[in-house]
Amino acid sequence: MARRSSGARVDARTRRLSGLNRKRIVILGGGTGGTMTANRLRRRFDQDEAEIHVVDRDDRHVYQPGLLFVPFGLARLEEIVRPRGRQLLSGIAFHESEVESVALDEDEVLLADGTSLRYDVLVVASGVRLQPEETEGLTGAGWNERVFTFYSPEGAEALRVALERFEGGRLVVNLVDMPIKCPVAPLEFAFLADWHLRERGVRARTELVYATPLDGAFTKPVASEQLGGLLAEKEIDLVTEFNAGEVDGVGGKLVSYDGRELDFDLLVTVPLHGGADYLERSPGLGDALGFVPTDRATLQTPARPNVFALGDATDLPTSKAGSVTHFEAEVLTENVARLLSGEELEAGYDGHANCFIETGFHKALLIDFNYEVEPLPGHFPTAFGLPLLRESRLNHLGKLAFQWVYWHALLPGRELPGLGPTMPTAGKRMVPVHTT
Amino acid sequence: MTTTLIADAPVDVDAEGFLTNPEQWNERIAEAIAADNGIPELTDRHWLVVRFMRERYLATGTAPSIRSLGKESGVSVKELYQLFPKGPAKLAARIGGIPKPKGCI
Repeated sequence: MARRSSGARVDARTRRLSGLNRKRIVILGGGTGGTMTANRLRRRFDQDEAEIHVVDRDDRHVYQPGLLFVPFGLARLEEIVRPRGRQLLSGIAFHESEVESVALDEDEVLLADGTSLRYDVLVVASGVRLQPEETEGLTGAGWNERVFTFYSPEGAEALRVALERFEGGRLVVNLVDMPIKCPVAPLEFAFLADWHLRERGVRARTELVYATPLDGAFTKPVASEQLGGLLAEKEIDLVTEFNAGEVDGVGGKLVSYDGRELDFDLLVTVPLHGGADYLERSPGLGDALGFVPTDRATLQTPARPNVFALGDATDLPTSKAGSVTHFEAEVLTENVARLLSGEELEAGYDGHANCFIETGFHKALLIDFNYEVEPLPGHFPTAFGLPLLRESRLNHLGKLAFQWVYWHALLPGRELPGLGPTMPTAGKRMVPVHTT
Repeated sequence: MTTTLIADAPVDVDAEGFLTNPEQWNERIAEAIAADNGIPELTDRHWLVVRFMRERYLATGTAPSIRSLGKESGVSVKELYQLFPKGPAKLAARIGGIPKPKGCI
């Protein structure tokens, strides 16, 4: 019997399942996607229907949107880090270990602590790994002294100390290359740095530069124009098509592959991202960068029918963001249940993503989009909701409130009314969509 | 989308000059586009990258990013920039007669 169900159809399916042997579902990664998926599946299946295992190399679950605020003293690490195991409902086994490899032919995961876990269904939710060492000189002399990233808890904290001491000069914000987690985060960092430095009275002595490999402030045309306008308004110089190839942390130079140089006193970098290490040791699962090829609508992987992936770990052409992972988790949970009962999978995910973009001065923008429709102006989720693509205090409050929602509703796998895997169009102004 | 003549062949191109129909491409077109973009002669290394891009696009529907090119084509990112100054992925796609690589998000 299902512990909880969303309709009679599901009841019938899970009842059929209870007659089968107990299935084992193994989830690699205890972050946003892994935790939500485990909890949703636990609510869906009784203990005698399915055992659920979650594997992660450590027991620190980071509320990643909070990392943006740490360098400015607006959040502390202890507020945004909680034990992973405690976010899992009872009846879910948590293994704290690195993954050694996945053997697709044997339906088996080998852990670094020697345990082997056979599975009926495998869910890859291991997110991404920062790869600062892939950029020449980035982690050399000057790393965490003049060169920082706020994409790790330790980096965000080190940057907080450096910003506190910063008395002016040239501050360069650079994302090395796409894809990155939360593609708007480096922009938000630049906006917040502008605000922070103004509050501290050192903005007049600071040149703020935003250097990106993209040909504009952002990837999607309408939002790119809007965000580019905000950069100009805040007197942040935008340097486009800058592909960082080399960093001199002592001399304070960021050099692009085509030979352009940007001098800095402080460099805030978003390093290259790749998939988790074990994917390199698991033939057939990840691509050359370690991202997992995944069906964009069902979240099944082409590697094997009983292997699914979600969140930052996939190669899907949508944002690597918590909202995406949340919407995917809903579809993935349904499809795991369908697979186990021999039904056809649901092509239920449309690339839906939404992100708050902090712009400083207690304001934020909200963007909402999917695979096909770029971020548009209007309101979310209906004509009477939060303003889209426009700065407002309401959006800022929404972003702040979200942390509570994350720990107490999202991770436990509760339904959030108005937030689903398909993008709402009710409140959007469908301005002519640019095709690129 | 407009139709234009490149190396005496009629081809469909987008507003930025990328071919929209890869089947209209041939090696003479590639050479003409390269010459127009500051590459007077396509060497074996150029061809290796252009063919890799094209084959990957035709097989998967997506052109590889500079990073995947650097990992998989056998040509390092540094050399890619020497071969195709400014934007290797974009320029190699243009020369290879495939649509402009979409920036991921």
